[in-house]
Amino acid sequence: MSVATTTARMPRPASRSWRRFKRNSIPYLFLAPFLIGFVIFLVYPLIYSLNLSLYRTRLVGGTTYVGLENYGRALQDTNLWEGVRNVLLFGAVQIPVMLGFALIFALVLDSAILHRKTIFRLGNFLPFAVPSVVAALIWGYLYGESFGPIAQIAHALGLTPPQFLTSSGVIPALANISTWQYTGYNMLILFAALQSIPRELYEAAAVDGASGVQIALKIRIPLIAPAIILTGIFSIIGTLQLFNEPNVLTSIAPSVLNPHFTPNLYVYSLAFRSQQFDYSAAIAFTLAFVTGVLASVFFFITRQRGERQ
Amino acid sequence: MTTYKTTQKRARARVSAPARRPAGKYLAIVFMVVALGYFLTPLIWLVISSTKSNADLFNTFGFWFSPRFNLFQNLSDLFARDNGVFIIWMKNTAIYATSAAVGSALISALAGYAFALYRFAGRNLLFGIVLASVFVPSTVFAVPLFLLLSKSGLSNSLLAIILPALINPFGVYLMRIYAEQAVPEELLDAGRVDGAGDFRIFAQIAFRLMMPGFVTVLLFAFVGAWNNYFLPLLVLSKSNLFPVTVGLAYWNGLATQPGNSQVLYAIVITGSVVAILPVMIVFLFLQRYWQGGLSLGSVKG
Repeated sequence: MSVATTTARMPRPASRSWRRFKRNSIPYLFLAPFLIGFVIFLVYPLIYSLNLSLYRTRLVGGTTYVGLENYGRALQDTNLWEGVRNVLLFGAVQIPVMLGFALIFALVLDSAILHRKTIFRLGNFLPFAVPSVVAALIWGYLYGESFGPIAQIAHALGLTPPQFLTSSGVIPALANISTWQYTGYNMLILFAALQSIPRELYEAAAVDGASGVQIALKIRIPLIAPAIILTGIFSIIGTLQLFNEPNVLTSIAPSVLNPHFTPNLYVYSLAFRSQQFDYSAAIAFTLAFVTGVLASVFFFITRQRGERQ
Repeated sequence: MTTYKTTQKRARARVSAPARRPAGKYLAIVFMVVALGYFLTPLIWLVISSTKSNADLFNTFGFWFSPRFNLFQNLSDLFARDNGVFIIWMKNTAIYATSAAVGSALISALAGYAFALYRFAGRNLLFGIVLASVFVPSTVFAVPLFLLLSKSGLSNSLLAIILPALINPFGVYLMRIYAEQAVPEELLDAGRVDGAGDFRIFAQIAFRLMMPGFVTVLLFAFVGAWNNYFLPLLVLSKSNLFPVTVGLAYWNGLATQPGNSQVLYAIVITGSVVAILPVMIVFLFLQRYWQGGLSLGSVKG
């Protein structure tokens, strides 16, 4: 079937009747709006930026080609690596916690334990519909020492309120905001994957005397491994780009959330506060490279493990 | 078939009920209820707080109403602030999110359909490039986009944030998977035999079959655009072009500066409620569509 269609739709280039040409061009016409936009808004900016990162503009002397000098500078830039360290610390705890909870919620929702499932499915997911700016605003107020309810409750109980926006508390505080926003979304993706597993598999295992936990660990989780890996990769990419929440909270805790607290904040401040567009482009590519390496490492480790099982 | 399955299920439940520990079951229910509380509490706090005056925000307990119901005063303060700029922000967000969602879903549907149903030179290479671009952090595009947009004179119009949002590689990926599942390959040949052109086949038959996937892509693009902050923050400098996310963050920045705080907290909180309502409504009312479509990315991903 597929061979037949291939030959029918892809004639040899030698036969060039107008009709054939028209027919061959049809898929490209379908693709045209996307591809034109893709080139203008993704490919071209990427090339433009890559080129930009090879120059340096100085107040005296103007713009000069400096080769990979900006990248050499980026490698030695403690501001960048401090930011990378912050997001890695953040992600090392936040991603496993978030995906772990998302997986447990999805497993419970997919089993026969609960009755009113829709409430839980939608309720857990609702924070995803909240813009991250508003999520950061809400949690910023909740964390606040002046009228934050957490501080109010602590005072009422005679306890010292926890300090969220200090150098040691700010990463957990940010991690909590991301967990609050994205657990439900990941839960739904994993839930959808679980729903596509044929029920007969569980029934066979149950007949063999497997417990619910055993079925979850040995059958359900391995079967949705691709979905888990996908959520993991998207979480890694998202974490390394952390920007909105720290940027909104900067106004509350300016001393802790400095302009290079995350790599993305650093890119932003280099470009828009000090107009160093060329160097900020180099930082952005370095960040993309780090992201790519981490995502691939994660992908290959999880896939190898999955194959061994 | 269905009846057979249900009776079988019921039978199994009866057999395995004693084996299943009820303690574990109750533990799971308690766990789920606590989790639901965690997800909903901040939203409940937000709604309660939007009914309080600035003074009551500081002086009353956060999780209960104050005796003075101040919501309507807050709303009128919100819409009056800075000559009613909040309404302009909401309007900007609505225009931006709607056009980005409709446009990007249509463009993705066309492209996904082509990838799914046609064999053409460069198909695998093109799709590979599109898929790879999903994994490139948006930071890399953001700064050059800003520079290019300001060069082209677009940077102070809504088009500056609408046009880039029309290109949604992940949407193309989802639409391809959906089209592969929903549109039979024979449709093209059958339609051609009947004398229909390829575009008519798409518009009149295939697109309808792709509808659930289309709605999913549309909704998630809508929410993504409604909630977007990074690109608008970078690209737009005139406050009357801000979407509501950038506007609220701007007011919040002012609120936390000494001297201003008393005036703006209640307005920012009330504005947040107004800003998230449309997205919540869209999600709740269209849940049937997007929940079905969500399985697309995960099953084959």
